[in-house]
Amino acid sequence: MSEQRDSIHTRIWREQAEPDNAFAAQRCWCAGYDVYGDLLRKASWTEYLFLLFRGERPARWQAALLEALAVALANPGPRDASVSAAMNGGVAGSTYASCLMAALAAGAGQLGGAHEVALAMQLWRRAGMRLEAWQAALQHPEVEERVDIWPQIEHAPGFDPHGASCALPVRQTLQYLAQIGAPSGELAWLQQHRLALETAANAPLAMSGVAAAALQQLGLSAREGEMLFLLLRLPGAAAHALEQEEHGVGKYPFYRDGLNVTNDPGPRLAT
Amino acid sequence: MNGPRQLEASMDRLVTQMGGWFPGQRTVFRGHDLHHDLSDLDWMGLYVFGITGRRFSPAQLTVLHRIWTYTSYPDPRLWNNRVAAVAGSVRSTGSLAISAAMAVSEATIYGGRPVIRCIDFFQKSKQQQEAGANLVDIVKWQIDKYRGIPGYGRPIVGVDERIGPMMKLAAEQGLDQQPFVRLAFDVERVLLEGRYRLRMNFAALSAALTADMGFSAREHYLYFIPCFVAGMLPCFVDASVKPEGAFFPLSCDRVSYLGVPERVW
Repeated sequence: MSEQRDSIHTRIWREQAEPDNAFAAQRCWCAGYDVYGDLLRKASWTEYLFLLFRGERPARWQAALLEALAVALANPGPRDASVSAAMNGGVAGSTYASCLMAALAAGAGQLGGAHEVALAMQLWRRAGMRLEAWQAALQHPEVEERVDIWPQIEHAPGFDPHGASCALPVRQTLQYLAQIGAPSGELAWLQQHRLALETAANAPLAMSGVAAAALQQLGLSAREGEMLFLLLRLPGAAAHALEQEEHGVGKYPFYRDGLNVTNDPGPRLAT
Repeated sequence: MNGPRQLEASMDRLVTQMGGWFPGQRTVFRGHDLHHDLSDLDWMGLYVFGITGRRFSPAQLTVLHRIWTYTSYPDPRLWNNRVAAVAGSVRSTGSLAISAAMAVSEATIYGGRPVIRCIDFFQKSKQQQEAGANLVDIVKWQIDKYRGIPGYGRPIVGVDERIGPMMKLAAEQGLDQQPFVRLAFDVERVLLEGRYRLRMNFAALSAALTADMGFSAREHYLYFIPCFVAGMLPCFVDASVKPEGAFFPLSCDRVSYLGVPERVW
């Protein structure tokens, strides 16, 4: 009777062992490309990222778009929830992995986070580049019938519920990314219809909305987009966590007088 | 546009009834002095008080404890436990191993999703029954729509070995004949009498037990978060003391490639 061997099944990765060690790879191929013998010298980081997610080399415009998106997302700044979470690790000397886990946990969320991007990409999938469909979806959002580990999103995905107007970095990113992509693509369409969409959403476009459009135009699925968005925002979280570790808790907000416990029973009287 | 008014109003200011630390004086926990007023609570009592703001009877806490006990499997092949074991094998830290293993427990085929969807299914089914719906129709609608019932059926095997011991304890504590527990068994009966052949798993029974305690779906989900953790630690400890990297190592030929042939960049 033949024994079934447990193995990893993958379309992404192939290995050939060193002759003297079955556990050391002599050659590695990613989607057919020899990683260390060929790809290493020729592919950029973002080209390799695209290959990993899509299984094909990106076209020139796709590589340029992903590169620009990666720069735009790399550091949302220390006020962002994901970076803030990472800094709370860094400032108190937590492990660096935990800082990035914290960044992922907060950055996964539905206000400027990766799950919001996925929801916005699902909207793209449903509404395409049809303004009426977007307006209907934004004004009458679908409510999930079933409860889930993710709570129901509280605003139109891809838009900033606390925004007064579309922030300049969002407009600058959209403008630049739209220039890279095809004029018939999602980014150009978003730029053209931004004001109408903001009216329907009753909120200005957010960076998550630009990212969703870019990821959609790159041909990624919502789950691929969610994962990539998580990944691309880690550099800033890492750098800010390291910086706060140097500064220490003395220079970090603690909100000493910021907490108002309205049902505080007060100090116990000495008996 | 709403604008930033809400953010402006919240700057440097958090109003809460959940609690806070008064350095050197006291800690307030949901309106009570942690070190004086709540010292009668054990950790589970405090944990569920933190989630719900409610206190539970000794019988209920015994059941809540036991649910966690019965979900703590020190088997490193289970996917969440394997995260802890892999981390131990490569000499990562305990906190990283366990917190990552807990995070991946929020899964679709086990853990987080079935946990919250199961109690939600029971609570909605009960409402529908009270409005006159037939349980057979409720179950059929659920299966037709979602291709399954959360809490029924199980990865790997069909039978759940935890049901018997848990029901024995529930009976001892007088909690085995509550409405949601009866509903859980009624659903299983409908499934077995139909063509579905899905047996109740532990997620269903535990959801029924906490629903009978008045947990909302969200409260039940939060209660369940650490339920696997006691089983993770042995996996981490074992992998940590064994030779490094020796936890189910994979040789290169165990990577079974399904992709395109070799090509040049």
